[in-house]
Amino acid sequence: MTSITKIRPQADDATSARGHMKIVIVGHVDHGKSTLVGRLIHDTGSLPEGKYEAIKAMSERRGMPFEWAFLMDALQAERDQGITIDTTQIWFKSEKRDYVIIDAPGHKEFLKNMVTGAASANAATLVIDAHEGIQEQSKRHGYLLHLLGVRQIAIAVNKMDLVNFDEAVFNKIEADFRAYLASFGVTPTFMIPVSARDGDNIVSRSERAPWYKGPTLVEALDGFEQVSAPTEQPLRFPVQDVYKFDDRRIIAGRIETGRLKVGDTLLFSPSNKKVQVKSIEAWSVPHAPSEAHAGQSVGITLSEQIFVERGDLASHADHPPIETDVFNARLFWLGRDALTVGKRYKMKLNTSEVQVTVQAITKVIDTDDLSSAASSRVERNSVAEVTLRARKMIALDDYSTLAETGRFVLVDNYDIAGGGIISMDGYADQRKLVTRASSNIQRVEHRITTDMREERHGHAGGIVWFTGLSGAGKSTIAVEVENRLHALGYQVYVLDGDNIRHGLNSNLGFSPEDRAENIRRIGEVAALFASAGVIAITSFISPYRSDRDRAREVAPDSFHEIYVKADVATCESRDPKGLYKKARTGEIAEFTGISAPYEAPEAPELVVDTANSSVDDCVQQVVDYVRENFSLESRRAKHGIWPPEFDI
Amino acid sequence: MSALDDLESQSIYIFREAFNRLDNIAMLWSLGKDSNVMIWLARKAFFGHVPFPVVHVDTEKKFPEMYDFRDRYAAEWNLNFIRETCPPIEDMDPDLPPATRSAARKTAGLKAMLEKHQFSGVFAGIRRDEEGTRAKERVFSPRGQTGQWDFRDQPPEFWDQYKTDFPPETHVRIHPLLHWTEMDIWKYTHRENIPVIPLYFSQNGKRYRSLGDKDITNPVESTAATIPEILTELSTTKVAERSGRAMDHESEDSFERLRADGYM
Repeated sequence: MTSITKIRPQADDATSARGHMKIVIVGHVDHGKSTLVGRLIHDTGSLPEGKYEAIKAMSERRGMPFEWAFLMDALQAERDQGITIDTTQIWFKSEKRDYVIIDAPGHKEFLKNMVTGAASANAATLVIDAHEGIQEQSKRHGYLLHLLGVRQIAIAVNKMDLVNFDEAVFNKIEADFRAYLASFGVTPTFMIPVSARDGDNIVSRSERAPWYKGPTLVEALDGFEQVSAPTEQPLRFPVQDVYKFDDRRIIAGRIETGRLKVGDTLLFSPSNKKVQVKSIEAWSVPHAPSEAHAGQSVGITLSEQIFVERGDLASHADHPPIETDVFNARLFWLGRDALTVGKRYKMKLNTSEVQVTVQAITKVIDTDDLSSAASSRVERNSVAEVTLRARKMIALDDYSTLAETGRFVLVDNYDIAGGGIISMDGYADQRKLVTRASSNIQRVEHRITTDMREERHGHAGGIVWFTGLSGAGKSTIAVEVENRLHALGYQVYVLDGDNIRHGLNSNLGFSPEDRAENIRRIGEVAALFASAGVIAITSFISPYRSDRDRAREVAPDSFHEIYVKADVATCESRDPKGLYKKARTGEIAEFTGISAPYEAPEAPELVVDTANSSVDDCVQQVVDYVRENFSLESRRAKHGIWPPEFDI
Repeated sequence: MSALDDLESQSIYIFREAFNRLDNIAMLWSLGKDSNVMIWLARKAFFGHVPFPVVHVDTEKKFPEMYDFRDRYAAEWNLNFIRETCPPIEDMDPDLPPATRSAARKTAGLKAMLEKHQFSGVFAGIRRDEEGTRAKERVFSPRGQTGQWDFRDQPPEFWDQYKTDFPPETHVRIHPLLHWTEMDIWKYTHRENIPVIPLYFSQNGKRYRSLGDKDITNPVESTAATIPEILTELSTTKVAERSGRAMDHESEDSFERLRADGYM
């Protein structure tokens, strides 16, 4: 077969190149996508020599009428089966500009190829068969275009010749599909009645649809705007590699958004190091660049030799990315094996790679009617909302703020198996929580040792950290445990909302960031109590695992997590403070368990089940646990040290 | 940014991604206009260096001008140059049409070279606009153990995230020029002042648009003797770039069969 040729721009100045507008053609199988492209190429006078004859011969060999789709369907299997298997590209030119047409398969089986084609487009044409009407893939493709970030969409209602160019048929499809797209916030730019086979309203205006006053397909395409590089957004420069060429250490990568200049101070996340740009390096250019912007693959050198590696994300200090180890995402799944709760995947976000675990599948979305249902699995070719947790801090952005650094792919067993966009709803930016302000504070050596304090009290200090839903019984149990331990001679103190929220943390509200800071301070205070030899019992919901893990980090050897367990229904039936009622009526926003997540501990030191045991039993369990783990007597018995010897 | 800057930046990104993610990679140099641009882009990506071997799988049937060019620039560009040869035509499947059979030598030579050097990835200068099956390629295109291309099941590729994880024993073709067109190649060659083999320019009313083996490559009618003249010609021609490459046209799917078997 001969090759596909492009119509070329008129010879403008040889050194300038006009950009191509990339348009993807999507839609249900057999709705005429490839035919529409063939017609577009032919009617704009873009067919190479001999191509028409070659397609004619191929069609005749198969005993078919002239088949436009053969122009694009280059693979034998595609021609023989009459379907597009993989995405392909072809160039053509309108009066206004050059185009790359990306033809994407409509067959459900080849959704990964449709995604591949559509993701690189600036705009889309979605083809719907007027005779068959809106089908499953019409909707799924419409939804995916939105997820992939393709914002300009023309709908071509094709095969109008089969319905005699009946205006009522067109109007019905238009109304239905507009309503569908509107339900997730998409407005198609144009809806055009066409016949790809006969050429109506593709390049030339149809005489068979006098009732239609809008643009032809080519006029609609010409109306789309070229998407420009996001140079005016905050700077995001992911490090792709670090080279050591010719005694220069060059940090290489592509600027995703914004600009950088020589002399700028860059902040590298998640390492939180700041350093100045010394130079922008380039080979075979007339002048060394002094600045660079979004879309450029660059190399920079730094004023100091700090440790920077692939995956670090550089920004300016005043607009840093978010740092977190947990986030929500809306994703589409292409993997052979279903995505399941608890499974671990490799996530690639720009140039960073990190292991993530699927903590929750909030809902699986049916793209047909946009209904959603909870599920523990996301099957191939489905869309879902999930919560992902990483094993370390990652720098990223909310997709709605910055698309380039707010999307990722998941790799399952060597294959890219899904893509998603990030939402930080309900989760805190943890940057401030992990960044220690630098200072000149010298640590003072305590002369009183831990051993001396333990001897005085007869027990070790420590943190007994309660976590559980509101109404699970944390405060009730904490107060009673304090009573009993005190009676047994323990130094013990309860930290709760009353003595912390009203004092130390009175300046904090209930935003995700403030909630995280609240828990961070409680963790620090509890660790001081523990150092002083006291047993601090903390009684806070502390719904996020990241926050509790951070509290554990402060004093890892003396931290004991107690899960005060009761399900939402049980807690709501108790509702001692009437909070659940207020949450249900919307009076309290983001209430844990109702409108905000509760992340149960994965490996708590102790679980007390208040739904199935009495308060007294639960209190006794905690008291026994404390005696077992904190009293010197039992600790020494455990280690076989008796009488005490301090010189080991 | 001009459109050429965009193309250049994307290719540099692909080069750097492959260089970081894959061990033991090499570049295929067919001595034509595309792979010369590809070498140039690698030097842009790595600040004047080409930090991996550059391999010519030699059919020993190229034009003398191509060999002269190769020997000169392998030295001038300080390339880590490797030359490998192809098996004789007699070893090829006799059922193939003659030109396709001749082109199949290149596939066999390529496979033997990969076997010998155990490269996990090779850069190849193919472009989507050259030919229908190449239009369906991926930037990172995995190959089976024997080099075959499974076009029925290609990896998804979106948001500039490429397949860079492979089970042992497989290798990957990387295509840094996939998104370029013939016109882009010439504009960039002109802008960057990249050396050109004279066969591309008109002599006695004919020039080569695409260079392959002497016995299966034909020139086109042309008076274009400079790059600007070539650009003018391309903007009006309706003749396909590879029309002078015989193996593309012997049967409806001859080129597809070549590619599925591992041809570039």
